[in-house]
Amino acid sequence: MQCVDDAELVTKLLGGDEACFTELVRRYHPTLVRVARYYVGSQSSAEDVAQDTWIAVVRGVERFEGRSSFKTWLFRICVNRARTLAVKEHRSIPADPSPSSPTVSSLRFDQGGVWSDPPVPFSEGVDSRLDNQALLDAVRNAIATLGEPQQAVVTLRDVEGLSTEEVAGLLGLSVANVRVILHRGRAKVRGIVEDTMRETRL
Amino acid sequence: MKLFAPPLVCRDAVELMSNYLEGSLPRRDRRRLDKHLAACDACSAYLEQMRTTIAVSGHVGPEDLPDDVVEGLVDLYRQFREDE
Repeated sequence: MQCVDDAELVTKLLGGDEACFTELVRRYHPTLVRVARYYVGSQSSAEDVAQDTWIAVVRGVERFEGRSSFKTWLFRICVNRARTLAVKEHRSIPADPSPSSPTVSSLRFDQGGVWSDPPVPFSEGVDSRLDNQALLDAVRNAIATLGEPQQAVVTLRDVEGLSTEEVAGLLGLSVANVRVILHRGRAKVRGIVEDTMRETRL
Repeated sequence: MKLFAPPLVCRDAVELMSNYLEGSLPRRDRRRLDKHLAACDACSAYLEQMRTTIAVSGHVGPEDLPDDVVEGLVDLYRQFREDE
């Protein structure tokens, strides 16, 4: 992101800096759709919510006062709109489908609970893992396959780097609940990535 | 409260990893997990994968947006600027 300072960013946006707007759209629109998807019933409703969010932002209807980061402010606007639409749609928020089932298949442990099929390291070059394109792709694709509420929680916490408390506030969940969902989402992503990396090495 | 917590088995250890990395495990569980990790290569490998998964998640960047979606939103922005 070229315009780094949040306040400057908003000034540019309200002043009509189209390049800045385009950059922000590319950077945040996919996450806005995901956050909205947590609340509303369909992909197209989620896209409408994300679009309304941008309109609200450029109108400056909900003024940015620099009390939070630009990112958190943007997500908050999106959540407010998504909630309003969810109420109209009479939609209830998805609950974690199986909060207490094991996150790693029981087939991978022996009867005593010890690994019988232990985890396979993702790649040999541990040092280069953050620029390992295969690993980046595997993680991105794995997150995209998560259902709700895991996808919204993992995206906000691990992809966008919000704190657990911020995620809880945005999604109307308790911190404890966010941790459980996060645990399950991360475990699922790890499992998918492990499978993907194993296949690509064959 | 029991003074001696039973040792962890791998199957239960994996369920504690995310909160371990969040720093939100109760001290007793953290100790049990530390002890288990010190003796278990497979669970240490699992933890390392969890760490990598989380670190890589923070670097995946936004998905590619189709150009027509971007153009549609930029058009809205222009319209709004003109109406001002």
